[in-house]
Amino acid sequence: MLTAAEARKNAPLWVRLLLPKDAPLYQRNDALFGWLMAFPALLILTVFLVIPFLMAFVISFTNQRLISPNPAEWVGLRNFERLLSVRAFTLEPERDDSGAIVYQDGGIVYPRLRNFTRNNPNYPELDGLREFTSWQSGENRTVILVADVVFLRALINTLVFASVIAPMQGGLALLLALLLNQALPFINVFRAIYFAPVVVSMVVVSLLWRFIYDGNNGLLNNLLGILSFGSIQPVDWLGNPFTALPAIIAMSVWQAVGFHMVIWLAGLQTIPASLYEAAGLDGAGGWQKFRFVTWPGLRNTAVLVLIVITIQAMGLFVQVDVMTRGGPLDATQSVVYQAVLRGYEKQDIAEGSAISVILFGIVFVIAMTQRYLTRERR
Amino acid sequence: MNAMSFETRHNLSIGLRYALLILIATIFIFPILFMVMSSLKPDLQMLRDSASLRAFLPVGDISLNNYAEAFERVPIMQFAFNSVFTTSVSVVASLLLNSMAAFSFAFLQWRGKAILLSLIIATFIVPFEVIAIPMLLVANNLPWIGPEGIEIGWLNSYHVQIIPFIADSLGIFLFYQYFRDLPDELVEAARIDGASIWQIYARIIMPIAGPIVATVAILKFLVMWNAYIWPLMTIRSEELRPIMVGLQYFFQLNIAWGEIMAYLSMVTIPVLIFYLALQRAFIESIATSGIKG
Repeated sequence: MLTAAEARKNAPLWVRLLLPKDAPLYQRNDALFGWLMAFPALLILTVFLVIPFLMAFVISFTNQRLISPNPAEWVGLRNFERLLSVRAFTLEPERDDSGAIVYQDGGIVYPRLRNFTRNNPNYPELDGLREFTSWQSGENRTVILVADVVFLRALINTLVFASVIAPMQGGLALLLALLLNQALPFINVFRAIYFAPVVVSMVVVSLLWRFIYDGNNGLLNNLLGILSFGSIQPVDWLGNPFTALPAIIAMSVWQAVGFHMVIWLAGLQTIPASLYEAAGLDGAGGWQKFRFVTWPGLRNTAVLVLIVITIQAMGLFVQVDVMTRGGPLDATQSVVYQAVLRGYEKQDIAEGSAISVILFGIVFVIAMTQRYLTRERR
Repeated sequence: MNAMSFETRHNLSIGLRYALLILIATIFIFPILFMVMSSLKPDLQMLRDSASLRAFLPVGDISLNNYAEAFERVPIMQFAFNSVFTTSVSVVASLLLNSMAAFSFAFLQWRGKAILLSLIIATFIVPFEVIAIPMLLVANNLPWIGPEGIEIGWLNSYHVQIIPFIADSLGIFLFYQYFRDLPDELVEAARIDGASIWQIYARIIMPIAGPIVATVAILKFLVMWNAYIWPLMTIRSEELRPIMVGLQYFFQLNIAWGEIMAYLSMVTIPVLIFYLALQRAFIESIATSGIKG
């Protein structure tokens, strides 16, 4: 009689590879079938998820292009430096021979920035940088210089988009869920209506809302005109750098709020009715019931909803591509829009990958925050 | 307080609640209603109507002219066929691949299973946007057996729109979760009766997996029908383009609003009908997918 370990040693290679160490030999059929049934899905996931994901990291350190006659070379951190370099630089006023500050047209005269950023051997670290923003500090002028003005704009816009839309969409979704979470006839009809935009493609929604936001005949301008008896002048919502991003935010909320409403509803239904009854017997009013029964019961749902919205928001692309192409004046540039523009349209896969890696870094931090906030309390 | 009876106040509060519900409903319905109504009107009338409630009513010079013109400008039938084809193949294939993998994870013992399952769950946090660019490079270098032998590069084809999406970690996980909660006796009894593993999968487990099949199918349908960023990057020829990318014809076309609305209505109404028919299943799939993890 052979022991299990000896039988295993004599078995063919595939059995030794696939059979769990502590499983008896007669289960080898299970092991083979199990592996075969999982294989197609695992293969697809490896080729189209794991490999691209790992490649993003590798390529971001090279100068790989989509189609190129030359082999890719390692360039170290150059792609990241080109995207993310930020430096503060202080300009001192021009002084005349006596050391007095030179004024012109009532303002202090400063040396030209490009004297420092274009091939100045004394300032090699500033070479090629551009002005992002600047402000006055005493008689000096502080300038923030960056390597890639457009990407930094895109990064800031995307973070603003995500941090505004998460509380706004999450909060409105909760209000809708609370409104729907009551036993009234036809309540499911309203649920179906509020959810409907979720199934409409964002491409369709974006094109439709371009008409709603139109500067001349747009529905929104007409509506505001009627409601204000003509005192509100028409606004070119998508053509104005101050309103373009808020307009995209409002439309995105309209399209997706139903999605998160449904998740809140599912969360609300896990709170036992007996808790509300007990609170009612203790004399709690509507607000107190929400504050001390509903909200504590929704804690994990709240974290989930906020994180899901934030991660989705970091992928902002379709709205920008269809409605504004990043304009006006880069007011709606987004990280993914820049990744596609550079990685696909300019075929600079390396830079597109570096942007993807930066995006993943942000998403990873957000997801880990969720893990931390919803960890089991002991 | 005493001026109103309890009943009156109760009715009033019910009335107010419905008023609020209806008011909010208009915010969600009116843009869609506007789209459909405008698609039936000539451009000039549509612009005039947009200044009043007529924008949401089928009044004035109503016709299907915009649809006819949209058909003339763009090969809509070709785009629609491409979308129906890639979507339906992906839905069917993803149901098969994801459920097979999940069945294996849930019921069969093999080495490395636990690690692979936790890896699959870990990939949830990788958004598609992160891997889209390197995926383009992968797709550009994969071999395919075409009519003229082995070719390198998947770009500009049907398979590049389908194959990367026929397995996904969320689908595997949803099936796995469902299978895991089924009673073990189901499988054990079938084994004792001498059923093969494939028979257990195809004859016993899949027939009772209806709800989760619907969930995975609906989620995949929405993703594929609305696909935009990936076909935008991989498809160059018109005859392979799916319907959402076909909309690009209208991006720079600010004049022919009626045609745009006709096209938008055409791609949206089938989905909305599908949604309204299976409303409960749609909403439940979203809730299921959202509460995972």
